[in-house]
Amino acid sequence: MSDIKVKIKDRFGVSHLLDAPTDMAMNIMELCKAYELPVEGTCGGMAMCASCQCYVHSNHELSAIGEAEEEMLDQAFFVKENSRLGCQLYLSIEMDGLELELAPES
Amino acid sequence: MIKTDILIIGAGPVGLFTVFEAGLLKLRCHLIDALPYAGGQCAEIYPKKPIYDIPAYPEILAGDLIQNLAQQIAPFEPTYTLGERAETIEKLPDGNFMVTTNKGTEHSAAAVIIAGGLGSFEPRKPPIASIADYEDRGVNYMIKDPEIFRNKRVVISGGGDSALDWTIFLANVAREVILVHRKNEFRGALDSVEKVSELAKKGKIKLITEAEVTEIRGNGKVESVIVNQSKEGNIEIPCDNFIPLFGLLPKLGPIANWGLEIEKNAIKVNNALDYSTNIPGIFAVGDVNTYPGKLKLILCGFHEATIAVQFAYNIVNPGKKYLMKYTTVNGITGFNGETKKSEKAVVKSI
Repeated sequence: MSDIKVKIKDRFGVSHLLDAPTDMAMNIMELCKAYELPVEGTCGGMAMCASCQCYVHSNHELSAIGEAEEEMLDQAFFVKENSRLGCQLYLSIEMDGLELELAPES
Repeated sequence: MIKTDILIIGAGPVGLFTVFEAGLLKLRCHLIDALPYAGGQCAEIYPKKPIYDIPAYPEILAGDLIQNLAQQIAPFEPTYTLGERAETIEKLPDGNFMVTTNKGTEHSAAAVIIAGGLGSFEPRKPPIASIADYEDRGVNYMIKDPEIFRNKRVVISGGGDSALDWTIFLANVAREVILVHRKNEFRGALDSVEKVSELAKKGKIKLITEAEVTEIRGNGKVESVIVNQSKEGNIEIPCDNFIPLFGLLPKLGPIANWGLEIEKNAIKVNNALDYSTNIPGIFAVGDVNTYPGKLKLILCGFHEATIAVQFAYNIVNPGKKYLMKYTTVNGITGFNGETKKSEKAVVKSI
């Protein structure tokens, strides 16, 4: 079994505990869409729209922010220190228990 | 008024391919797109990104896909209204649809195919409470005519290429240019970053970094903006124009008010038959539509467009029979009468 648990707080403050597979090359944006959370994923996961921006609340060590992600976060709104693009966070065993919050729509 | 057989809303890859399939049926097409050029997302968001799931192309850059499509549809002489957004639709007494753009250009056609992708690209607007009140009253999300800023005091916000490029350009036009950016570093082209830094050193522009515009003040028009700087806190900057440049974002836009059945920000269509919407004569293909099992893929849009034009044919030519023909057998004949066809080759001489 390679599923992990990810907790995502939606824009109404409601938390969702999601079972997330780590063997499907899936990212957080895709996970949200699969569970019908209101994440647009407009650009299809290319770090080019910031519609999947989220805030990381747990202390997990995540993959480093890449150039494209940093560039997008530069242009996005509601950006905080703990902002990441969901589409750039690929699910892995190490992310079990990860806690995120969806950033406001912009 | 521009008259055509099929009016295509959206000049992305699926809209362009619709022209080809319609052309095979001898139907003329006109395309409307809010962007000033054809290509949709492929041209605007990711022209340099490779696509790997276009049949028969192991890999193709999105920009090249658009160029190839333009070449493929050229024999069918599509016409365009670019840089204008399809705003309203109405049914005319002759049964045709009339689509009017935000600039008032009128188009009429018997059938409308919406290939609007994720919608029209609109400027990303910063979340400043009163910003809508100042649009075109000192707030400009796009610069069409830089001359309107001559001798004005201008505040530009953003850290990408367009913010840098317009800062450089307006330095020689406006009376004062202040560039506000959230970070200390800029991510635009190196040359532009260097130019901006040079202009700042010479005192031709002013840079305020680690800062955001948080408020607009004025009486009917922009008179100042409040900039929140990480160390200095709120600073009020008197200005005539505020230009936020944060890129473009697709929005379904006015199409959402056309009386079409919408589900999850997409147009519901009949995928069991013809990709028609709830309004007879209006079809929706590509990323803009939804149905059970929908996949937002360019290749699926190509298929949907192919089916939709077969049915649009019957709307443009009621009562006329049409039989699908293979291009391998008949070649393609453009509207100038020229036919592209394979040579009859002798396979074996006896």
